[in-house]
Amino acid sequence: MQAILSYSFSFFGTNVTIAALLGQGTLGLINGAFYACLSLGLAVIFGMLNIINFAHGALFMMGAFASWMLLNYLGIGYFPSLILSPLLVGLFGIFLEKTIISRLYKLDHLYGLLLTFGLALVIQGLFRNYYGSSGLPYQIPHVLQGATYIGFMYMPNYRGWVVLAALFVCLATWAIIEKTSLGATLRAATENAPLVQAFGVNVPRLITLTYGGGIALAAFAGVLAAPIYSVNPNMGDNFINIVFAVVVIGGMGSIMGSIVTGFALGVIEGMTKVVYPQASATVVFVVMVIVLLTKPRGLFGKAA
Amino acid sequence: MTVSRRTLLASATAAAGVAPFARARAQAPTIKIGVLNDQSGPYTNTGGLTSVICAKQAVEEFGNKGFNVEVIAADHQNKPDLAVSIVRQWFDRDGVDMLLDVPTSSVALSVQSVVKEKNKVYLNSGAASSALTGEQCSPNFIHWTYDTFMLAKSTGGAMVKAGGDSWYFLTADYAFGKQLQADTTTLVKAAGGAVKGASLYPFPGTTDFSSFLVQAQSSGAKVLGLCNAGGDTVNSIKQAHEFGLSSSMKIAALLMFITDVHALGLETAAGLNLTESFYWDMNDRTRAFTNRVKAKTPNNWPNMVHAGCYSATLHYLKAVHDMGAAEAKKDGIATVNRMKAMPVEDDCFGSTKIREDGRNLTPAFLFEVKKPSESKGTWDYFKLIASQTGGEAYRPLADGHCPFIKV
Repeated sequence: MQAILSYSFSFFGTNVTIAALLGQGTLGLINGAFYACLSLGLAVIFGMLNIINFAHGALFMMGAFASWMLLNYLGIGYFPSLILSPLLVGLFGIFLEKTIISRLYKLDHLYGLLLTFGLALVIQGLFRNYYGSSGLPYQIPHVLQGATYIGFMYMPNYRGWVVLAALFVCLATWAIIEKTSLGATLRAATENAPLVQAFGVNVPRLITLTYGGGIALAAFAGVLAAPIYSVNPNMGDNFINIVFAVVVIGGMGSIMGSIVTGFALGVIEGMTKVVYPQASATVVFVVMVIVLLTKPRGLFGKAA
Repeated sequence: MTVSRRTLLASATAAAGVAPFARARAQAPTIKIGVLNDQSGPYTNTGGLTSVICAKQAVEEFGNKGFNVEVIAADHQNKPDLAVSIVRQWFDRDGVDMLLDVPTSSVALSVQSVVKEKNKVYLNSGAASSALTGEQCSPNFIHWTYDTFMLAKSTGGAMVKAGGDSWYFLTADYAFGKQLQADTTTLVKAAGGAVKGASLYPFPGTTDFSSFLVQAQSSGAKVLGLCNAGGDTVNSIKQAHEFGLSSSMKIAALLMFITDVHALGLETAAGLNLTESFYWDMNDRTRAFTNRVKAKTPNNWPNMVHAGCYSATLHYLKAVHDMGAAEAKKDGIATVNRMKAMPVEDDCFGSTKIREDGRNLTPAFLFEVKKPSESKGTWDYFKLIASQTGGEAYRPLADGHCPFIKV
């Protein structure tokens, strides 16, 4: 085992060991967990509402801030805020949908994109105004501190938890949408809203709840991210571009596509950091270009 | 709006009455200061609005000595192209005379040639690269507060002296990070140490440093040298703790401000060494300065960059007064030469001297971050470990290879 792990080969002039690759792949999974959570929310919102939600990064940031506020103003710890923050931010999302976003459903995608982009700038600006840009500290909860040796690297316990929690929430979301009657109604409503409404289903409310749910997913990822990154108003910025690439690669609106692509791209990005770190920010977009050239509807996208 | 003949007449009379005063005011020249920095990105707290506040503080304390002073500000978003277009507009259209702060070395270097072309004054407090007074120097330029050489010598030197003879660098992939890594590498090698490797990560936009930290860990180096700043430094230290690096390696945060310590929290930051040329709690004068400005920026107390903006503005205004505002507006090089000839004196840095190549020789203080138990409250963060005078702290004049210096 040890021999395999320490086997090394040269790749583009960089000496790479199997242990390093495994380690980086594992770390990539962690980032992939965030990508999956965020792109899942985006995919759900796009699939059901046809809104390209550019405010997603800002709402992810709000999730992290909500948990910071719960801790510092009300003394509520990490685990309760894992549920409370997504709820609060989800409610805020519902408020946005009801008051502003719902007015755009009849218009072109582009209007929704512009509106949500503007919303993101406003939300970030407000937080920056009150909390600055250096970030606020949020400690890892006690039970998840420390690291465990997993054969080829030290894995911080908290990061292991992030992967498991994200995977669980992603699969649960997928199951709700694809395997329950509520999900079936939702999918039917996106196919033909008037018909579903004729069956007595309150479609506008369904759409509002879907938006709230998608936002809650982003906020959940925000709470998971708070102890790893500093809680700061720009934290969503760094994710949002990559997450959009993930959604495009996975196929716009595809639930499973965004989960699988999220994790996979995290791993690819991790591997790039071993071989040529300077390219780690661009590799996702290189993959996007290749996918769009070969499969314009994305890896999991349905044929037109 | 409809305008009646009566109001038209009335306003014409009023305008005629005001006109002589307007002319009288126009006779006193206006010196315009443009503060250009990051006001929305990762370096907002290390520079940002607090820099503007400190520049205005200097203007206020200087008072009216026969010319008006106006301070304007803009956000360069850490983009060199945007900064160049703002600066051109400031010089060509808005009549700015002095450009202040300009953090982010890539941006700082890119506006250097514009200031020279327009013969204005450029006082940099926020950027770190020592190339600004080296191969990229300019007779219109003064580097006020600190630079990469001074950081490497102070923080890096202390690490090497304490036995840290093998290094791994985590470097922001742009002008500043690379220069800081180069300056520190020279120092480590001169002391007989070795560099085991480096990870250059994309800036801006990297928030996850885990893969680089794991690579650093497996390199076997004793010291992790962080050649980054602001939010990146905070994130990398936080994650280094998470991966247990802080027990196996020493962390050298080569550029870290008090504002970053504030963001990190003392639990995580305790014991780190860092270098600043200003700390609010150094002596009575620094405390007095901080007391004057802190009400205006209660959540972001001044660090050395902010103090530098105050000090540079004050000294600039003294020089303008000394040579006459009209003369100062005409010739940037002459103004900078006058500033170099005059001794610098203020509450933040005490007495300093500006060298021919534009290097302001501030002292370098090596601090250790206090443990939570040692701190008496928010912003009480540093213990002084060592200090160097301005003459010792910076790269010798001859080693900079500044083209207009004949050595």
